[in-house]
Amino acid sequence: MSAPPTLPRALIARLRTVSDAISGASEAQLVPQTRLSGPIPWVIAIMVLLTVVAAAGGLSLTNLAGQASADLAGGITVQVVSAAPEERARQANDALAALREAPGVAAVRLVPAAEVDALIEPWLGTRSSDADALPIPALIDARLDGPVSAARLADLRARLATVAPKARVDAQSGWLEPVFGAVEALGWLALALVGLLAVTTSAAVLLAARTALDSHRDTIEIVHMLGGTDRQIARIFQRSIAIDASAGGLLGLALAVTVILALGQRFTALGSGLVGGAGLGWSDWLLLGLVPLTVVALATLTARLAVLRALRQIL
Amino acid sequence: MTDTGGEIVQFDNVGLRYGTGKEVLTDISFTLFPGSFYFLTGASGAGKTSLLKMLYLAQRPSRGMIRMFGTDAITLSRDRLPGFRRRLGVVFQDFRLVPHLSAFDNVALPLRVAGVEEDDLRKPVADTLEWVGLGDRSHARPATLSGGEQQRVAIARAVITRPDMLVADEPTGNVDPDMAVKLLRLFEALNRLGTTVVVATHDIHLLKKVPESLIMRLDRGRLSDPTGALRYPPRPAAGVAR
Repeated sequence: MSAPPTLPRALIARLRTVSDAISGASEAQLVPQTRLSGPIPWVIAIMVLLTVVAAAGGLSLTNLAGQASADLAGGITVQVVSAAPEERARQANDALAALREAPGVAAVRLVPAAEVDALIEPWLGTRSSDADALPIPALIDARLDGPVSAARLADLRARLATVAPKARVDAQSGWLEPVFGAVEALGWLALALVGLLAVTTSAAVLLAARTALDSHRDTIEIVHMLGGTDRQIARIFQRSIAIDASAGGLLGLALAVTVILALGQRFTALGSGLVGGAGLGWSDWLLLGLVPLTVVALATLTARLAVLRALRQIL
Repeated sequence: MTDTGGEIVQFDNVGLRYGTGKEVLTDISFTLFPGSFYFLTGASGAGKTSLLKMLYLAQRPSRGMIRMFGTDAITLSRDRLPGFRRRLGVVFQDFRLVPHLSAFDNVALPLRVAGVEEDDLRKPVADTLEWVGLGDRSHARPATLSGGEQQRVAIARAVITRPDMLVADEPTGNVDPDMAVKLLRLFEALNRLGTTVVVATHDIHLLKKVPESLIMRLDRGRLSDPTGALRYPPRPAAGVAR
């Protein structure tokens, strides 16, 4: 038998250090890729689906609260509550004139009776004649040039008290304060869900990485004995997990977008002005698109740390 | 610390115990020189595999001192171990081939681990497989190879990087006598190129096939020295003289 082939000097010179060792293709061969046959892509898909839907819910609620708050900021409503129609009309006109004179009032209008009737029609029905109808307050819709503070509200009440003693002045945002509180709580709940899902994803990846490590322990020991470094071996597993997580992430994102669009159509069909502000902007979609990327990064990092930690137990 | 150019491995009063059991190796002292051919013999259970494990840095001793390539191998940091292991070629008793890789990929593994580009490793791997007589089986997976073929793939993998030292644990244990002699000739060829070879075997007939080899004998965890392999300074090694 002839002598073994010698490695060319140039080849030996090209032996690399750990940092730039092994190209992706050859490295990936060391551990067979399970792809969709393994649990990780499906776990990640479900996690991404839940996270994106929860995040979309949180963002929608935030948008809804923001939109409603912007709409109502600076808005006040003056109700002139009087049973006598003439007196009610007189006080309403006087209040209107006083508000136009008041500093800081940007716009003011008397809500026409027809509009008030339309507002209350769903609850009280069509009013047949003035004679047998319930007395309905006259409404004045005004908008201040800044937010409505307690001091400004008190000032306006004082101004109107003399010309329209039957007038009640309320900030429009005050009526929806409990709703905003509830929306804010739901937003925090969505954020907490996203956090919990991130922790769960990490735990699932940790378990998967450990399982993969155990099932490939022989291969790892061989690579170790051949001079493979911990970082090389960790890179094999993190690449494997990253590929699985990417597949799962894309699947989860596609499912989540389908769910969000379907729900969006349902809410749009409600035709409610309040729900109309709960849409998602392009920046929101961008944020949602970052969810699978973040999950892939999280999964990759978790796998790397888990494998490095486990490898330190081996000589 | 750098290589001294003298001994490649030095064991001094090395002892090994697993857990809290009694010592499986006791007071092991020897020196291996570059280019020498050593047989490590002894009955099954004498501690050959344990000694080899320490030689290929898979096991730290419980006591004593080990120097390898001029460096204290006991206190060697974890980061430096891979560099030392890349200077070694190991043929495991159970081959330890990666089952889902072909013969080619198994042999290419040490080069890939060392970062050799794909284009640069094809020829050396093909040549080495040819050298062990498996040029036509390069795409076969271990499960489809016979015991002797797997053994030769394991040997090809161990020598592909031209290691400073080759450690083989019962490399002929799974092959017929003719193949055993062929494998020994492979080791001799590598030895002639300057690689220190350590072959553990319990087959005393094998020792006669390499008459100039040095013999270390393990008996119940203690080392004896029938050919003066352990003398310090040792007699001129056969591999060096050739």
